[in-house]
Amino acid sequence: MQSQLPLYPPEASNFAPHVDSLMVFITTISFLFASAITVAIVYFFFKFHRQQPNAVGVPIYGDMRLEYAWIIVPLILALGMFSWGAVVYVDYRHNPPDTLDIYLIGKQWMWKVQQPNGLKEINELHVPVGRNVRLTLASEDVIHDFFVPAFRVKMDVVPGHYNTMWFRPTKPGRYHFFCSQYCGTNHAIMGGWVTVMEPTDYAAWLSGSSGAEANPVAAGEKLFVERACVTCHVANGTGRAPSLNGVYGAQVLLADGTTVAADDAYIRESILEPNAKIVAGYQPLMPTFQGQLTEEQILALIAYIRSLESQPVPEKGAGIAPSARK
Amino acid sequence: MPRDHYLNASYGIRSWLLTTDHKRIALLYLISVTFFFFIGGIFATMIRIHLLTPAGALVTPETYNKLFTMHGVAMIFFFLIPSIPAVLGNFLIPPMIGAKDLAFPKINLLSWYIYIIGGCFVLYSFSTGGLDTGWTFYTPLSSIYSNSAVTPAVLGIFINGFSSILTGLNFIVTIHTMRAPGMTWFRLPLFAWAHYATSLVMILGTPVVAITLLLAGLERMFHLGFFNPAMGGDPILFQHLFWFYSHPAVYIMILPSMGVVSEIIPTFARKPIFGYHFIAASSIAIAVIGFLVWAHHMFVTGESTYAALAFSFLSYLVAIPSAVKVFNWTASLYKGSISWDAPMLYALGFIGLFTIGGLTGLFLACLGLDIHIHDTYFVIAHFHYIMVGGAVMGYVGGLHYWWPKITGKLYPEALSRFAAIVLFIGFNLTFFPQFILGYLGMPRRYHSYPPEFQVLNVLSTAGASVLALGYLLPMAYLTWSMRYGKVAGPNPWPATGLEWKTDSPPPAENFHVTPVVDWEPYDYRNRPDLGLVAGASLTPAHGDD
Amino acid sequence: MHRTGELYGQFQTLEQQKESATLGMWIFLVTEVLFFGGMFLTYTINRHEYFTAFGVGSNTLDIKLGTINTAVLILSSLTMAMAVWSAQVGKKALVTGFLIATLALGSVFLGIKVVEYKQKFDHHLVPGRNFDVWYHSEHPLPSDDPKEIAAEREELEKATSSQNPKYDPDVNSHAQLYFSLYFAMTGLHALHMIVGAGLLIWLIKVSLSARFTPQYNNPVEIVGLYWHFVDIVWIYLFPLLYLIDRHR
Repeated sequence: MQSQLPLYPPEASNFAPHVDSLMVFITTISFLFASAITVAIVYFFFKFHRQQPNAVGVPIYGDMRLEYAWIIVPLILALGMFSWGAVVYVDYRHNPPDTLDIYLIGKQWMWKVQQPNGLKEINELHVPVGRNVRLTLASEDVIHDFFVPAFRVKMDVVPGHYNTMWFRPTKPGRYHFFCSQYCGTNHAIMGGWVTVMEPTDYAAWLSGSSGAEANPVAAGEKLFVERACVTCHVANGTGRAPSLNGVYGAQVLLADGTTVAADDAYIRESILEPNAKIVAGYQPLMPTFQGQLTEEQILALIAYIRSLESQPVPEKGAGIAPSARK
Repeated sequence: MPRDHYLNASYGIRSWLLTTDHKRIALLYLISVTFFFFIGGIFATMIRIHLLTPAGALVTPETYNKLFTMHGVAMIFFFLIPSIPAVLGNFLIPPMIGAKDLAFPKINLLSWYIYIIGGCFVLYSFSTGGLDTGWTFYTPLSSIYSNSAVTPAVLGIFINGFSSILTGLNFIVTIHTMRAPGMTWFRLPLFAWAHYATSLVMILGTPVVAITLLLAGLERMFHLGFFNPAMGGDPILFQHLFWFYSHPAVYIMILPSMGVVSEIIPTFARKPIFGYHFIAASSIAIAVIGFLVWAHHMFVTGESTYAALAFSFLSYLVAIPSAVKVFNWTASLYKGSISWDAPMLYALGFIGLFTIGGLTGLFLACLGLDIHIHDTYFVIAHFHYIMVGGAVMGYVGGLHYWWPKITGKLYPEALSRFAAIVLFIGFNLTFFPQFILGYLGMPRRYHSYPPEFQVLNVLSTAGASVLALGYLLPMAYLTWSMRYGKVAGPNPWPATGLEWKTDSPPPAENFHVTPVVDWEPYDYRNRPDLGLVAGASLTPAHGDD
Repeated sequence: MHRTGELYGQFQTLEQQKESATLGMWIFLVTEVLFFGGMFLTYTINRHEYFTAFGVGSNTLDIKLGTINTAVLILSSLTMAMAVWSAQVGKKALVTGFLIATLALGSVFLGIKVVEYKQKFDHHLVPGRNFDVWYHSEHPLPSDDPKEIAAEREELEKATSSQNPKYDPDVNSHAQLYFSLYFAMTGLHALHMIVGAGLLIWLIKVSLSARFTPQYNNPVEIVGLYWHFVDIVWIYLFPLLYLIDRHR
């Protein structure tokens, strides 16, 4: 806290300085305009105050040069604001490579967080300083919104599909996060704390906390067997469905000849709507799991599939596009 | 006072409830929108009291959520949208253009009844379980998860939409076909231009929100899946359809107010308005571009980056015509003969508050900044500056300006100036702190908040008490003046508009003889009938003419 | 406002009155376009998303009744146009006759619509807990064409067969979405027809007192505009709801 009455929240992410400079830029221009108009009005108000009850003003109907000036000058300034804002936004909406991936599930009225090693937190989020963090957001009921004022970022959590957001924490500390899309009775207490730690502390915290029993990879592996995924998705590529070894993050070749990146959204879609995108060389056999898995179970499956990233990819029986093989 | 006028043309409750006189219908609207303003105001007061302490001082979370929802529904759909058009527009557009009535007087009465029926549905919802979805009715919260009386509220707003559509239709036809001889398009008062633009938004936008809310209501009643992701529907589609109306709806609220200000300024500066054509054209530009910016409410829903870029760009474009208006109004004061009457104070207060409201819109249209301030108190402050600082300030100013025409009586001048100043100060005290709150990160619709936000919330609540006084004062003395005010005469200011050429209050048919217009709008030079001295414009004290 | 003859008090001339009424109706029709537009957009997006299920849902509709209704409605537009023409040239008896014909055709349309709705109820095609897109093909009524039922069955089997590249496991729930839109769109259209029928009854009453003349026939004309608009909406609804998947 800078003082008793701060004007802006702490700056704790890579976006914060950009957003704050944008704020200063637009505030300055706005202040200049507002004060120019105020000064003009107040000055005219007193200077041209009516002295005789039946006096009239000087008839002035307008001035084209002035009209053009006050159309064009604000337009240029507005375009400046637009462009600068667009640069920051485009940066925010494009996830950088090599992110630390954390999953968030919003439900009325709590946040469930899942760290990369499967450690679960409720209404708490621990992140290391200096690392690009990507959050994948899912909702189990209504629309929520994950908002960290100190990072100057927010993103809606929409039921039915994943949104992602990213940031790079720059300052260790503890910061509020809020739900900022109205979601029902306890919307206001659906918040918590982000803890930004030094990378070493974060690593120690991750390993020190016992996440083993809740490990999503293990949970996902269990589900993978229980739901009989394993009977078709055979690891050595001899099953009726492609092997999933190494598929996470790779390009997958589809039946229609296009390729798609096997990211979280793709895997989620493949579980819930298996026949939306068919891998080249395979039949649409897989049943849908729509309504049969919770968001958490889906995330566990994704975590498991992700854990197969480094497994050997079979020569035949994988969906990965030939050109994209590692 | 004239011997025969519309108020004493006939007597009895039937002569009011079955009237087709646009002036009487305007008064029916005046009473009903004031009623809803009162209800919405009570909710607002409770909200501000509740937020005095971080944990919430007054009510449970459920009740708080109902309070802000019902505040929004009552104020937006039942006060702000009908306020200026249905009261002042209804009363003034026919006399301003020299017509005896609107083109469809019976439809005008019908739209009031539709408003009342819609209002009854909404009041029924408020009194049986309330409404806790937010005025935006986002699905699936509103269609599935909410346990409050959503269905009657949605039906009420659906029904009320037709009132708005019919009013808009009536205005457009009237302005097209009912103008008096000599009243060309570019002799129309800017108030009429503003209402023409408003009516365009009403007829093009309202049907879309009506059908959207109907679909959401059907979804809730019959468990259908239009917007429910669990059944294959798309909640984001609801937001697109909703904002396609609800963003332009902001212009339904602010455009008429701009029209009011464009009338007041030339009258009290006693000179033609600066850049008449630009002000008229900017009203139409706002109405048209206003339809192309709706998705700027959705920058953080995960919408495509390209869509966001386009909508941000268009949002900046729509700011330009508003800025043009502000510059022209300011320039209109130059070398005027400015009086310090109450309507002028309201109009200048409007310019100040609207300027802040408009400029803070630039912050929200800015993509990079919106990811931080979206859905925070910054948004609350911004749209209250537009809707309350702008639209309501214009409405109250317009009521003062035309009060002598409507009632034939003058209001107490000193008290009204005092009220205008109280309103201006109270408003800024209430809402300016909320900009800072929003930037600090306080999300909207929070019944409790972290303690570090308390100082600004207390400041805001303190301001709200001043603001409440600012609204109660005019309500009291305007009512008082109906009985005890001084007789106004046909043209007390004097103003140049056609509505001032007839008696105050006007006769039932507005004019004893159909007027013929042979002067330009806001022209004080060729109007010997006004009794003003053309040459004596500036006193020797500042004789730099 | 007082009325002198056919001229309402707020107007100066009959011409002005006519111009206002016509413009008013056109503007009203613009609002109607946007009103239906919201639903057409919802339809389009969902049709794009659930291509197969919408096709399956469409094929359970009774195309014969739909086609008859389309013909009936086009014919009613013709009689309406004739009524307007008769009023303009002053054939007072013909006005009444054509208006009655229009009303009769409108009623036939609504009657057929009722039959269709009843079929949907009988066949568990009303969205809700008992919705079952399979039911119709498994329990054909005696009146059903066996060929159509067989085609429908095949279509359904294909939609849920995993060999199908457009395989849709949720065909039942997405077909519900189709029928939700079917009922909302045709229901709203039927509501407009009922309002139109009310307006026609009023016109018939006025025309029986022989008040429509070549100088004053505006009510017939603007109700005609409205009637044609309602027909045009159906001209869009018919292909979107009945025909989208018939080419197979």
